[in-house]
Amino acid sequence: MSEIIRTDVVIVGAGPVGLFAVFELGLYDLKCHLIDILDRPGGQCAELYPEKPIYDIPAWPEISGQALVDRLMEQIKPFSPQFHLNRMVTKLERQADGSFRVETDEGEIFETKVVVIAAGGGSFQPKRPPVPGIEAYEGTSVFYSVRRMEAFRDQDVMIVGGGDSALDWALNLQPIAKSLTLVHRRAEFRAAPDSVKKMFELVDSGGIRFELGQVTGLKGENGQIAAVKIKDSDGEKELPATRMLPFFGLTMKLGPVADWGLNLHENLIAVDTEKFETSEPGIFAIGDINWYPGKLKLILSGFHEAALMTQAAKRIVSPGERVVFQYTTSSTSLQKKLGVQ
Amino acid sequence: MTKITFVSFDGTTRTEVDAENGSTVMENAIRNAIPGIDAECGGACACATCHVYVDEEWTQEVGEPEPMEEDMLDFAYDVRPTSRLSCQIKVRDEMDGLVVHIPERQS
Ligand SMILES: Cc1cc2nc3c(=O)[nH]c(=O)nc-3n(C[C@H](O)[C@H](O)[C@H](O)COP(=O)(O)OP(=O)(O)OC[C@H]3O[C@@H](n4cnc5c(N)ncnc54)[C@H](O)[C@@H]3O)c2cc1C
Ligand code: FES
Repeated sequence: MSEIIRTDVVIVGAGPVGLFAVFELGLYDLKCHLIDILDRPGGQCAELYPEKPIYDIPAWPEISGQALVDRLMEQIKPFSPQFHLNRMVTKLERQADGSFRVETDEGEIFETKVVVIAAGGGSFQPKRPPVPGIEAYEGTSVFYSVRRMEAFRDQDVMIVGGGDSALDWALNLQPIAKSLTLVHRRAEFRAAPDSVKKMFELVDSGGIRFELGQVTGLKGENGQIAAVKIKDSDGEKELPATRMLPFFGLTMKLGPVADWGLNLHENLIAVDTEKFETSEPGIFAIGDINWYPGKLKLILSGFHEAALMTQAAKRIVSPGERVVFQYTTSSTSLQKKLGVQ
Repeated sequence: MTKITFVSFDGTTRTEVDAENGSTVMENAIRNAIPGIDAECGGACACATCHVYVDEEWTQEVGEPEPMEEDMLDFAYDVRPTSRLSCQIKVRDEMDGLVVHIPERQS
């Protein structure tokens, strides 16, 4: 078991709102650890629309999703937030002394005075392809990610998809699999050109079999697939496979947040509009994940919520200390923290 | 006003709606509560849950998807040569009478 990480604030979710919370909390000297299931910060902006322009960020007439994330990362740099990526927050419990214990699926344990849930639309999870009956094979012979490569050794592996995950795993598993088939609905790929080139070289040398088509069904029993039905322009055919890895992008699911004993309003966390605190004192919820009368799922609303939440979080972390409101323009002490003095 | 007809997957229900030029086919489906169009991302070409098949008669007029839409179609179910994401089809005068078919399921 890893060492316990002690901190002022744990932020669940590193989307735009979680990131801006680091800034507001940082102005009040609160140290933050952020945890996100994605492999990089930015939430929906980075994962769903990095290249699309956003037009309603105050003072940015037009900014792309990724550029917004890059700017936020630059803005919070002075506060040295600690990122724990590729991890899902699974458990959140109050301890006897009133502080919180937060656990991830990678076994990390955090002890923190305040928890800020900035989980957006929930955690990003692999999308289940709409293949009838696929549930029966999940976790036994159909997987959405590779946790252990050994599970694929000497197997007839079928990878479905045309993005980077599909191509990367096709290349990585090809040497150890008994056979490797890549299925994609067209000959164009959304992956790095270098991987596509390598893949086609392996197809030419017989190391990878490439099938143009779409998966329509599975055959097998007791959770073990035996063959996959593929539809192509000539009709339907069956290809043998003992392991399948479909990569159909990511979708957001509420996930463990629902199990933390917080009052919910239609799958969103109910908060007040003074502190954006949940039904559990010391646990705050900001951004797309929260609900209050009049709530709008806008980035700018999440930023406002982060600023107000910070006032209450500071009072919990530093009880008895006077919370002084200051402007970054004129306060020398704030400017010192920002490293501009 | 341009008329668009949505045909259910089993072909039994045909719903004709009045669409404003410049709006998207998806927006008209949602406004008229057409079953089988989810449009989870609200028209940003980021979810592939507004998938439709353009009627063979209309594919020429409606045209081909842009590369970004083609990429997103990888995530749709049972993609065919007539597949489009309805949030990427902008209604024009020339589309008066357009017929689109709803797929069996959205991804
Ligand atoms: C296509 C599209 C266009 C949009 N356009 C605009 C726009 O023009 N203007 C605007 O204001 N808004 C827009 N939005 C909405 C905007 O993106 C959201 O309001 C914003 O991303 C919310 O930020 P957030 O930080 O609250 O959550 P998110 O961005 O959803 O980030 C939450 C993060 O938390 C992580 N997470 C959740 N649960 C866990 C867990 N248990 N463990 C670990 N990690 C977890 C998730 O993986 C995710 O990375 C758009 C959204 C989409 C999809
Ligand atoms: S509504 Fe999401 S892609 Fe069309």
